[in-house]
Amino acid sequence: MNPSPRAGEKSEVLLTVNGETKKVLAYPMERLLDVLRNELELTGTKEGCGEGECGSCSVLLDGMLVNSCLVPVGQAKGASIVTIEGLSTYASMNPVREAFLECGGAQCGICTPGMILAAVHLLEKKREPTLADIREGLAGNLCRCTGYMQIFDAVAWAARRRVAQ
Amino acid sequence: MRADPAEYSLVSPGTLRAVLSLLAGEPARWLPIAGGTDVMVLYAAGKLPNRNLIDIWNIPDLRQIEVFPDRIRIGAACTYTALREQEIVSREFPLLATAAAWTGGIANQNRGTLGGNIANASPAADSLPPLLVYDAELTLISVRGERRLPYRDFHTGYKKTALAADELIRDISLPRRFAGYFSHARKVGARNAQAISKVCLAALGQITNGTIRDVRLALGSVAPVPLRLNETERVLTGKKIDSSLIETARKNAVSEIRPIDDIRSTARYRAAVAGNLVAEFLAKLATAGMDA
Repeated sequence: MNPSPRAGEKSEVLLTVNGETKKVLAYPMERLLDVLRNELELTGTKEGCGEGECGSCSVLLDGMLVNSCLVPVGQAKGASIVTIEGLSTYASMNPVREAFLECGGAQCGICTPGMILAAVHLLEKKREPTLADIREGLAGNLCRCTGYMQIFDAVAWAARRRVAQ
Repeated sequence: MRADPAEYSLVSPGTLRAVLSLLAGEPARWLPIAGGTDVMVLYAAGKLPNRNLIDIWNIPDLRQIEVFPDRIRIGAACTYTALREQEIVSREFPLLATAAAWTGGIANQNRGTLGGNIANASPAADSLPPLLVYDAELTLISVRGERRLPYRDFHTGYKKTALAADELIRDISLPRRFAGYFSHARKVGARNAQAISKVCLAALGQITNGTIRDVRLALGSVAPVPLRLNETERVLTGKKIDSSLIETARKNAVSEIRPIDDIRSTARYRAAVAGNLVAEFLAKLATAGMDA
């Protein structure tokens, strides 16, 4: 059993972030989102709603898409985390990046890191997603500029590009 | 007002035994946290009264789905994603698979758990009406031992449950006797995606020789707890579906529910929709019965 930190005590947390081992001193109930942004200065992960509704804070936690605002860092001990800054190690990232540029898949940009994380997670699971798969895969990510069509186009474009390659 | 993480503790005992023994020591002290999709929302808003959390996310005993000849047993910390990926769930318990797909986006399905949805006890949870119609049974566990409880007896009032302070939900068992039933799930919310239900229906039915042999109806968001429509089912059993039976069922369903006005809808609208959903199901069941 892990030592049980009492309230008010920080403890050491080891994380693999974008392939690098990081050691942070944190309260176990600190949100993974805050540790990434404030301790590790990875500000590509955005805070939107802070209650798991908008997907702006999406990261991959051991390969799973999660909202980092809903993950206490104490539950991420020893986990591997990939943020928007580290996505280039994923094979589907290159076509997705190109596709968002090509299709105009970004407006103000706040939702974009989360959208791209969700898109890459989808393409890792489904090689040839249908429009319904894309809509479902991105349904937890809100764009308040409402540029959804270009974003869906971008994901479909990336999937086609990847299959063609 | 944001919560201050310095005021909270989180322990990760790592095994079910260790979790139960901590709970037994000081039952009122701890709040279990699995994927955090409910707990962290309250926490972030500064509305979580418990200061001491106990991590049950990575407990292997709570993450298994086991298949037996007569039932499947779903570990309480199985996620919606795990349920959706399990072929037997979509084949034999399609109402549960559908509800899992309705619950949040992919990120929340990757973290949200069936046991968490049960313990959170929201009358609007889409996964709970399917558990009512499939006769789910819960295993509750503590250092005192295990007890089994039909899911229908678990929710005792608005956000109230039969779970003792030292107990965890260990698993959810579903008997494998509904694969031959016609099943129908329908959710009515503000939008198709990412909306909490105004009303949701899970329904099963079986027709033999032109009459209803068995029918099971459960609704969410129409009462303080997810509600099985026992009286409407009784009225329907043994009858042939025609337009007058459908009207009787609609009226019965409306009289059985206790909807309220709230942020998402009104009691009047919910009553109309509940009646319509029951009527729509019966019309589909009649068609399916003719094909069978």
